[in-house]
This record gives sequence, C-alpha cells and structure tokens, in this order.
Amino acid sequence: MNAKQMKKIISRTAFYLLLAVIGLYTVFPFYWAIVSSLKTGSTLFEVEYWVSNPYWQNYVSVFQEQPFGRNILNSLFVSVSTVALSLALALAAAYAIGRIQFRGRMLLLFVILGVSMFPQIAVLSGMFELINSLGLYNNLLALSFSYLIFTLPFTVWVLTTFMRELPKELEEAAIVDGATPFTIVTQVFMPLMGPALVTTGLLAFIAAWNEFLFALTFTLSSEMRTVPVAIALTSGASAHELPWGNIMAASVIVTVPLIILVLVFQKRIVSGLTAGAVKG
Amino acid sequence: MTLQKQRVRWAWIFLAPMLLVLAFVAGWPLLKTMAYGFTDASLINPESAQFVGFDNFAFLLQDPYWWASVWNTVVFAVSSVFLETVLGLIIALALNAQFRGRGGLRAAILIPWAIPTVVSAQMWNWMFNDVFGVINHMLLGVGLIQEPIAWTASPDTALLSIILVDVWKTTPFMALLLLAGLQMLPKECYESARVDGVHPVKVFFKVTLPLLKPALMVAIIFRLLDALRVFDLVYVMSGNNRSTMSMSVYARQQLIDFGGLGFGSAAATLIFAIIALFTVVYLMAARVGREN
Repeated sequence: MNAKQMKKIISRTAFYLLLAVIGLYTVFPFYWAIVSSLKTGSTLFEVEYWVSNPYWQNYVSVFQEQPFGRNILNSLFVSVSTVALSLALALAAAYAIGRIQFRGRMLLLFVILGVSMFPQIAVLSGMFELINSLGLYNNLLALSFSYLIFTLPFTVWVLTTFMRELPKELEEAAIVDGATPFTIVTQVFMPLMGPALVTTGLLAFIAAWNEFLFALTFTLSSEMRTVPVAIALTSGASAHELPWGNIMAASVIVTVPLIILVLVFQKRIVSGLTAGAVKG
Repeated sequence: MTLQKQRVRWAWIFLAPMLLVLAFVAGWPLLKTMAYGFTDASLINPESAQFVGFDNFAFLLQDPYWWASVWNTVVFAVSSVFLETVLGLIIALALNAQFRGRGGLRAAILIPWAIPTVVSAQMWNWMFNDVFGVINHMLLGVGLIQEPIAWTASPDTALLSIILVDVWKTTPFMALLLLAGLQMLPKECYESARVDGVHPVKVFFKVTLPLLKPALMVAIIFRLLDALRVFDLVYVMSGNNRSTMSMSVYARQQLIDFGGLGFGSAAATLIFAIIALFTVVYLMAARVGREN
C-alpha cells in the first residue's frame, strides 16, 4: 500500500467518524429521554445506556398525577384553531400581494416582515390588558388569538413567495372567463396551493405547539395549561425532588408525533424554511 | 372602471381582514405597552396609572440587574450564534458530500429542531443533573473532570449550559439553511479548482466561503434576532435566576411576578427598541452592500 492510498483511507475514516459524531450528537439527548422515561424511580438514578426491562408506569402516572390529557387537548385546540385562521387570512392576503400590482405593496411586505421580528415580550403587557378587557384571561381563546402575532406574518410571507411562482396564464384564462377574484382564489389557486398550505400550516402548527411565553402568562389553572407550560411547571414533593421519570415520559409523548410529522414532511419543511428565510 | 383599478380594489378587500387582525394583535398591544412604559401602572389596578415621563427608563438605566440581563443576553446571543454557525457550516459541508445514508442523517438532524424548546430544556436539565446526570457520568468516566459539576446550579456554568442547549437545538436550522445555500453554488468553480489541484482547505476559504456569504449573513441575522429575545430556554433552565436572566426574563419578572406594569413595559419597550435598531442597521448595511 502506498502513501497515497493510506492517506485516502485515513481521510475516509475521519469523514465517517465525523458523520457518526454528528449523528450521535443530534440523536443522543432524545434517546436519553426515552431511556430515562422507561426507568423506575430507583434505576433512574443509575446511569445505564440501555433498558433491559422497560417500566411503563411513568407513562401512566403522568396522566394520573396531573391533567396531562387535558393539556394535550388544549395544545391541539389552540394550535389547530390559530393555524386554520392564519391560513385563511393569509391565503387571501397572499393572493393580493403576490398577484396584483398596487402601490404600497413593498411597504406592506416590509411591515409584515417587521411584525415577524417583534420580540413577544414587547407586546406582552398590551396583550395582557387586551385579553383581560375581552374577559379571556385563563381561557384558551386568548392563546388562539394572541398566537396570530407570529403565525400570521409567517404564513403571509411564505404563501406570498409560493403564490408568485404560479404561472400567469391560469389566472388570465379565468379572468377572460369572467371569474371574480374570489372565485379565482378559491377555485383556481387553492387547489394548486395545496402542498404550500400543508407545509406552511405544519410549520405554523409547530411554532404554536411549542409557544411558551404567552401560554405561561395568560393561563392560570393547571387545567388550562398547554403542553409546554405543563412540562415546564411539573413539580414534585419538593423543589429538589422533580419527578424526572414523569417529565421524560411527558416529553416523549409530545415529541414523538412531531418527529414523525417532521420526518414524513422533511423535504417540504426544508423548502418551506428556506423559502421563509433565504428569500427574505 | 378599468380592469387594473378593479383588481387593486379587490386587493385591498382581500388584505383587509389580515391587516385588521394584525393591527389588533400586534399594533395595538405594542402601542399600549409603549404607553404603559411612561406610567406607574400596576398590574392589579392598571386604571389608576399616572403619567411619569421618563422616570421608568431613568430608573432602568441605573438598575445593575437590568444591565446584567443585557450582558447575559449579549453573551448568550453572540456565543451561541457563533458556535451554531461554525458547527452548522461543518454539518452542511459534510451533508453536501455524497455518501451512503445521507438522507437518513439529514432527517436525523431535524430532530433537535422539531423538539419543543421547553422539552429540550428539560431533557438537558436532566442530563446536566449534578448527581445523576449522564454528562457528569461521561466526563468522569473519561477522566476529563475529577468531581461532578453542578452545571445548571453554579453561576459559573449556568449560562454556558444554556448556550450549549441552544447550540444543540438550533444548529440543525443553521445547517439546513447553509446546505440550501451550498447547493445553489455554481459547480464550475469547483471543477476548475480541482483541475488546477488546489488544496480543498484553500478552496473552502477562497471559493466556498465568499460565495456562501449572502446565505450565511441572512442565517446569522435571523438567529441573532431570535437569540436576543430568548425567553423560554432561560426560564425553564434556571427560572428568574439573576446570573442567567435574559432581557425578556427580566421584563416579564417585573411585569408579572412583581406586578410592575409600568416599569416592566418600559423594559419591554427598550428591548423592542434595541432589536428594532439592530434590524434597521442591518437592513441599511445590506442595502449599502448590495449597491456596491
């Protein structure tokens, strides 16, 4: 074996080693959460990298010791309603911005981009007051409503970039046929925008599902909490005795569906993320 | 009425609901927060607020805890975005090569991105546990440390722990953005560099990095803006702890936990101003850059 072949083998091995490290780094923490969720109270405190006989009690007690089932339903309700509302509003807006030439269009896009950069804390007290005056404190509708501040600019932005790429001829044919803009949006564009709506909806859903600051501030009772707040505020008998088994089980329960969704739609998600960021 | 005029009218009809909702959920609360910032309003009784001018801001600027939170936020944002960029670039370059199982690895790096921030904070809290945590166990095992470290509890390492979790969580996003950028680069440059026998490291610094710069800048700015408003990660990992408190955590504590609606709103307004200033400077720099 000559030096050149040797060098090639070494660099090849180093490359695969790098890949292995990347894989381990990204996957291990979640793997560790799964392993920990399957341990009993006492084995939890011994470091073992594999569970030989899984203990499922954590998955039962997380539903018994706190209203976790209710928390999941809360998160689902809030995320689905805010995404549905955002998509409906954004589809109409994206048609106007993406397909019609009018003055102030660029300014409008600029404002929408600006709103998406708002730090949530900058609206917290104003939003708190608004929610109180609407009588929505400790009510899930407060969350569906306030989440529009980040889902709406994002969906408008991404749907506009998708809308622009659709061929002009389709719309011209419809105009010649005398279709109103309303018919054009619902009959011509909506079917074509299916994939874009799924991608954008999914990304907005994930953002709403993961939101923490508003959910923490605008709800009070544990029945009204969404999943992130429930997981963050899980407490044990004392501050030093956190029920780690339960916390890890809850974490796995809410993360597995997300990971499955993300893996199924991974190509679309990547294109949606890059459409939102790179084209901005 | 001409067709164009008709279409413009329709455009505003289609935009109206979205704009109305945006004014309601973003415009109004923002203005209201700013207005509260100039009053001594309390959370319990907002109606009895008195106008106090710039008093809140003056007090804020001499509060050492506010400055500590600004410092924490800057340290957090700069170091985590720096580490994410370096790691993200390495991962993007690796994923840009051809190898078996590439699709699988690209899917795997989406996992940290998909995990809710609160969940990753709790997962890492458990891994960082001083007595039972797997990280101390590993480091002790290979002899890197002599005794367990109280990662999240000790003021020396708490912020570092938070940075490490953020890096883990957001590097994938960076890597995917940069990978998309890499795949758009012209192939010809690389062909000619290979024909000329240029060393790959030199190719990276002379060809790849300059071509990737626009994508890199966008990704860095997006991440910095995100990092400057950090709340959930810091709050879940160490609560209202003063040694790690970010600007957002400071403002929320004043607002909600201490009930200082006026003072907390002033802090929130200042955060907004800092981030807005940062954005404007960036946009102007980008415009100047493009014109050159």
